[in-house]
Amino acid sequence: MRLVVNGQPHELDLEPEMPLLWALRDELGITGPKYGCGVGVCGACTVHVGGKAVRSCSAPVGSVKEPVTTIEGLGTRESLHPVQKVWIELQVAQCGYCQSGQIMTAAAFLAGNRQPTDEQIDQAMSANLCRCGTYPRIRAAVRRAAAALGGR
Amino acid sequence: MGRVRTIARRTFLIGTAAVAGGLVVGAIAYHWPLKNPLLDDLDEGDAALTPYVRIDRNGITIITPRADLGQGAYSMQAALVAEELDVAWGSFSVEPGLPSAAYYNGAVLAEGFPFAATNDGFLANRARGMGGVISKLIGLQITGGSSTVPDGYEKLRMAGAVARQLLLAAAAKQTGVAVSALRTQDGEVITPNGDRIPYRTLGAAAAQMRAPSHVTLKDPTEWRLLGQPMQRLDIAEKSTGVTKYGIDLRFPGMVYATVRTNPRIGGGMLSVDDAAAKAAKGVITIVPITGGVGVIADNSWRAFQAAALLQPQWGPAPYPSTSSEIWENVAASFTDDLKDSRFKNEGNVDGAISSAGAQALSAEYRVPFLAHAALEPLNAIVRFDEGALAIWTGTQVPRFLQEAAAKVAGIHADDVTLHAQISGGSFGRRLETDYVVQAVEVAIAYPGVPVKMTWTREEDMTHDFPRPLAMARARGVVQNGQVHAYALDIASPSVSASQTSRLGASLPGPDLGIVAGAWDQPFAIPHYRVTGYRVPETVPVSAWRSVGASANGFLHECFLDELIHAAGADPLRERIRLCTDDASRRVLEAVGEMSGWGTPLAAGRGRGLAFTLSFGVPVAEVVEVTNTPAGITIDRVFVACEVGRVLDPVNFESQVEGGVIWGLGHAMNAEITYADAMPEQTNFHQFYGMNLGQAPVIVVQALETVHQVRGIGEPPVPPAAPALANAIFAATGQRVRELPLRKHVRFA
Ligand code: FES
Ligand code: FES
Repeated sequence: MRLVVNGQPHELDLEPEMPLLWALRDELGITGPKYGCGVGVCGACTVHVGGKAVRSCSAPVGSVKEPVTTIEGLGTRESLHPVQKVWIELQVAQCGYCQSGQIMTAAAFLAGNRQPTDEQIDQAMSANLCRCGTYPRIRAAVRRAAAALGGR
Repeated sequence: MGRVRTIARRTFLIGTAAVAGGLVVGAIAYHWPLKNPLLDDLDEGDAALTPYVRIDRNGITIITPRADLGQGAYSMQAALVAEELDVAWGSFSVEPGLPSAAYYNGAVLAEGFPFAATNDGFLANRARGMGGVISKLIGLQITGGSSTVPDGYEKLRMAGAVARQLLLAAAAKQTGVAVSALRTQDGEVITPNGDRIPYRTLGAAAAQMRAPSHVTLKDPTEWRLLGQPMQRLDIAEKSTGVTKYGIDLRFPGMVYATVRTNPRIGGGMLSVDDAAAKAAKGVITIVPITGGVGVIADNSWRAFQAAALLQPQWGPAPYPSTSSEIWENVAASFTDDLKDSRFKNEGNVDGAISSAGAQALSAEYRVPFLAHAALEPLNAIVRFDEGALAIWTGTQVPRFLQEAAAKVAGIHADDVTLHAQISGGSFGRRLETDYVVQAVEVAIAYPGVPVKMTWTREEDMTHDFPRPLAMARARGVVQNGQVHAYALDIASPSVSASQTSRLGASLPGPDLGIVAGAWDQPFAIPHYRVTGYRVPETVPVSAWRSVGASANGFLHECFLDELIHAAGADPLRERIRLCTDDASRRVLEAVGEMSGWGTPLAAGRGRGLAFTLSFGVPVAEVVEVTNTPAGITIDRVFVACEVGRVLDPVNFESQVEGGVIWGLGHAMNAEITYADAMPEQTNFHQFYGMNLGQAPVIVVQALETVHQVRGIGEPPVPPAAPALANAIFAATGQRVRELPLRKHVRFA
């Protein structure tokens, strides 16, 4: 099967039911997406498939037809995505383990909604767990990123 | 003017505990020099100037022996060294260091003696000094108890200052210019004529210099890094997904493993049918481990899939099967036989209560078992090769881990190399070594290649050593609008006993953890007593963010609130009136001002106050809630605390916010319950705190009025739950005496 990740095509010979998360992590060595729960409830594994936020632990790799973007492909230290830029400015991360998923969720959300209300932001970010309790900073960062991306 | 610190020459490596512990010198062979672990591993031309600073041709490395579990410990430790070493922020590398007795933690045991944190008397200080000595003697390189900052505050700055002195001396020798005419800036020595000599070229010469007999630490007014917002060294990497946690490492030839052991902890495995698992795709082999099996495969998910096909017969648990039976044990523990401590006993509590007769108040409170459930499931990579172990994992106890691994492998601890990793959270869980021991067992059965053992989330949640449950029976009397008597009996299993038993030891005497955050509160109630009862261990338990105070803040502060309301007094004013400690009083006053305490709120809204002194840090929190048709919302939280000097304001605020969310989220929703002697919660759909949409606005104020430096990772946790419960009472009139609160109220 063919999988395009961060612009790179890969030929993989995997059982189609293997979750995208494990194809990325263990077969391709792309470890930005994290394993947190494996059942779609924590969001740590969030990547973009065709630009949409997808929980890669619950997406069988065989079902993935569109290009995949992981946190590594969203932006790098040298060319940061606007969401990553505010994440650094506001020093959101504590342990950081959830943050790939938080950033990917926020980036996909803001790409589809340039002028979100505070309530929409809260709702969009409420299904991503952070055990360290960085919620106040995530909320502030998404608001600031929304402003930076040309909305409010 | 900086303060001059004299260093005993042979012991400067181990820092200022020699000064702080001066009281007890001689009683114990306190001056044994500890070996500098960096000296074993140097090439020619490299220098290890103290156990915390290595300078080689590639540059400067600062060793940060306390684990980074998300609390910013690497950055904080580096900043303390860098401030005195005079190197630019970020111009050095940071390494966690090897397990070594030289990195003993002098602060973590300091609070383990029966003197309240506010007691500055001779005896209390002497006992705290003894904690440092004991920790040094057993080489306790531990991360926990909010001790990283207090332990490192002088030790790490001195390490930086000593290294800088040695570099200056080397430069003086090289240039013939007197040390007093040289200065330093951003990792270079500067001569009077403006020549700049990089530290990195001076390392080897500096190592030949005599260590200074004293160094002068900068006055805080001269600080360039400390006290300012610093960008955490790990923040850019953590925001771009490139940080490698233990679970992310990959090595050539590595295989992937998972384990299954009995969720009835200690029950063992009677038998297992592994035929289906063996035949599953990608499985390399299945190996026995203590109490279960390890599955080795070519991919973690395939290992998980195969493990799910195992058909184990688990043995019976060495403890009762259900939560209700365990609660019966707790309820039956308020006996003289099981009485563990009574360090607070003022006035005549029994007399006051009996003379109040039917007027006396009483209530029973409960808090549940809680899992640590850090977001990174526990994991370790282990390679066993020719009688030696290499281990990659995150841990709070590197020395214990080394010993535990060595014991399983039947080798010497020196033959265990631990590569400490960044952790995706811990909250106390990585004080245990069980997961690493399992990985070692799997690796021994499959030697020669690195084996990455990852627990499934389900394995992680059902094999925790949870925060223990606790029950309080409280009685009290109010008189003339004041709190007159307060008797608090707390029954809980002992975390310390459970932990030390796993280390093959026993801890003599009472366990202060059972009453921490309750017996040591700075209130002068005329008749005031706190008694701890030790519930015989059922489920093995361990330390969870803020440890005993995580439960006792709720138990103590909710019933105190009940008494204050019964007295018809104001919760803030009555606590201030009762308060005996200046810093604590200032914290209460500050939170009153911040929150507009006493100003009217709309109907359906309420404010709750709670205060807990823990880990030497007084914290007061006011929670504001609204009772909406959809349920309770938590709108704002005000936090005032006193840690002395705040060394990094941004990270400080993050830690407080995180602690408040941790405390509130678990109080709202979380519990571990048992059926068939197994945890009933297996993943985050059943065990969760709050979500972002439920997170309040959090306003934080640090007072910085006392001369001490304290950690902030844990102290904001204990007052959060009681402040929320007290707010719910204020808004609804409903007094909830059991956590999680969602069993009694609905949250929006
Ligand atoms: S790991 Fe995918 S949602 Fe938790
Ligand atoms: S930063 Fe640790 S889980 Fe979110």
